Amino acid sequence: MEVFLLQLLNGLDKGGAYAMIALGLTLIFGTLGVVNFAHGALFMLGAFCAVTFNALVSMQQVTLHPTETTAWGTPVEIKTPYVELWFGDFGRFLVEFSVPVSILLAVPVMLLIGLAMERGLIRHFYKRPHIEQILVTFGLAIVLQEIVKIFYGANPIPQSAPPSVDQALDIGGLLGFPPGEIVYPYWRLIYFLFSAVVIGAVFAFLRYTTFGMVVRAGMADRETVTLLGINIDRRFTIVFALAAIVAGLAGLMYTPILSPDYHMGMDFLVISFVVVVVGGMGSLPGAVAAGFLLGILQSFASLNEVKQIFPGIDQIILYLVAVVVLLVRPRGLMGQKGVMET
Amino acid sequence: MNKVLLGSESKRSDWILLVAFSIVVLLGPYILAPFGAGYPDLLQRFAIFGIFAIGFNILLGLTGYLSFGHAAFLGVGSYTAVWSFKLLSMNPILALFFAMLLAGVFAVAIGYICLRRAGIYFAILTLAFAQMSYNLAYSVLTPITNGETGLQLSQQDPRAIDALFGRDYGAALPVSDLFGIEMTGYPGFYFCGVILIIAFYISIRIFRSPFGMKLRAIKSNQNRLNYVGINTKPYMLVAFVISGMYAGLAGGLMAVTDPLAGAERMQWTASGEVVLMTILGGAGTLLGPVLGAGIIKYFENIFSAFNEALLMETFSFLPAGLQETLVAVLSLFVGKGWHLTLGIVFMLIVIFLPGGLMEGFRRLVNLFTRPPDQGKSERAPAAQAQPAE
Repeated sequence: MEVFLLQLLNGLDKGGAYAMIALGLTLIFGTLGVVNFAHGALFMLGAFCAVTFNALVSMQQVTLHPTETTAWGTPVEIKTPYVELWFGDFGRFLVEFSVPVSILLAVPVMLLIGLAMERGLIRHFYKRPHIEQILVTFGLAIVLQEIVKIFYGANPIPQSAPPSVDQALDIGGLLGFPPGEIVYPYWRLIYFLFSAVVIGAVFAFLRYTTFGMVVRAGMADRETVTLLGINIDRRFTIVFALAAIVAGLAGLMYTPILSPDYHMGMDFLVISFVVVVVGGMGSLPGAVAAGFLLGILQSFASLNEVKQIFPGIDQIILYLVAVVVLLVRPRGLMGQKGVMET
Repeated sequence: MNKVLLGSESKRSDWILLVAFSIVVLLGPYILAPFGAGYPDLLQRFAIFGIFAIGFNILLGLTGYLSFGHAAFLGVGSYTAVWSFKLLSMNPILALFFAMLLAGVFAVAIGYICLRRAGIYFAILTLAFAQMSYNLAYSVLTPITNGETGLQLSQQDPRAIDALFGRDYGAALPVSDLFGIEMTGYPGFYFCGVILIIAFYISIRIFRSPFGMKLRAIKSNQNRLNYVGINTKPYMLVAFVISGMYAGLAGGLMAVTDPLAGAERMQWTASGEVVLMTILGGAGTLLGPVLGAGIIKYFENIFSAFNEALLMETFSFLPAGLQETLVAVLSLFVGKGWHLTLGIVFMLIVIFLPGGLMEGFRRLVNLFTRPPDQGKSERAPAAQAQPAE
């Protein structure tokens, strides 16, 4: 039972990341009808927003200690981040909480990137075959990831969670299990809650605002909405930017769990396409459900007990599930008729 | 000659094309020497990836199905060939036979499942299978694939057939050889080159056959074909298997020229590479894929060797400030950054020239050979974006 609960928890944060990326992908399919192979690159760019922000706030002033020396007689260096010199406690807070605070940087940056991408490139591919959409966004993904590699190098850059939540929580103790049985890092819980909030916000936005209503109407029947005199193209551009922001935030908050490097986008992209297909193309709830489902399945498959029976199952479970689901339910778990079927 | 290059469909022009292609391949070392690519290792790679792309083109170019999983067949071919070397003989023909056979069997299994869906679903299914094969080769199937170390020859290998004929390779690790000719250096290249020519010939035959016509019909309108009463599934499966066998052949040849096989050959980025090659050259054309493969492999090997010192030397005639700026900018695009160039070129091709380089040549030729008014009317349909399926 303890093991079961722990694996369930383990799957949640991964599932959250999958669900957020897949949600964006599905939004873009549903609205623009574009298959965006550069979506993983957006995830990666979000992660590098955190890296950039951290590098900015932790720039240090190096001074020499007036009296103390090291064992070799050289003066001791004192490194103080500039923000701490300038802003005191607030500065220290900025350094320690650089990952969550960098959301403030990432939202406008991802918004601009999303708008630029849609206006500059994707817009011209609405009417072209899906194969060409895949190809051009695949090319864009290569370009983005190489640019990041030029600026940040090829090595992973570890980011740390804020120290106050950098420990593990004894969840088992809270739920009445013997203490110490189920301990779980705070940050992973925060990531799960964060993904739940973001996904909930996107759904609420689409469900309860007029803007969202128009977008949903446009997903169902673009032509009629246009005939009503609504500039649906502009709204879809904003939806694309929204998807870019969601992907970016997913990447940003994931940095303390997985050190960002330039090819993390491609790694997640493949999986999130599998997620989208399993969930059913064009279905937003399907994408979210499949994201969490596959995340949890993956963490169960990596149990030692399971691995002893089916060695290597943790590596291939996602693909296996995708193949089985597509053979049994060709439209995915919640797929609708007629989406991307040509 | 132009008509030949651009694929006019008469028997005579096909033969001229084949002969011209053969001459270029066989004289490759001389033709490419001025470009710094006249050494056998690189020429071999051109030939091998040319074969890979030709096969891929039969699926993508003729049938219109985009597979993101062909690297799996490449890997299967490589592993099979190395196992054939280990167990049976160092003869490359035998190895290639088994590589194609097993890749074909794999392609039947994967194709049977993936071809139930079309379009983006097909691409993702093939991608899923390729990733699965990669992960299997990397971890689970370690007894067969030797995991992350990769499969290599060793002196303890049985090599049953060689032993039967009393061949002993002594203390050194054996090199694959065709009846005594070692498959390294120029003989190795010519072996690959001849196979490339044969592969090209077969692809011409497929393009011109009724079977090829059916594949094109599938690409243009599968529904209509179904209504006419033709079951398209078997044709697609055969096209998939043929392209898988081409990939297996290419993988086998990789093992012939360098007898080791690793899982990284099966990663999905490797599948992406062959897609890039085919699109860059021109999907659906005969010469395009080979051209694309050549260009990308040339980029990879020559461009990536440019370093800053070499660039500084090249631009030493410029004033110092200008020289440094230019080198700083250019060095982003060559050397380690050549992938950036590749990505940009690829995007430009997809955006402005969806027919690939061959389409570009066609437009150029039309520009110069047709009278202006006629040329305009001829070019207009080609310049339009293709309508969605």
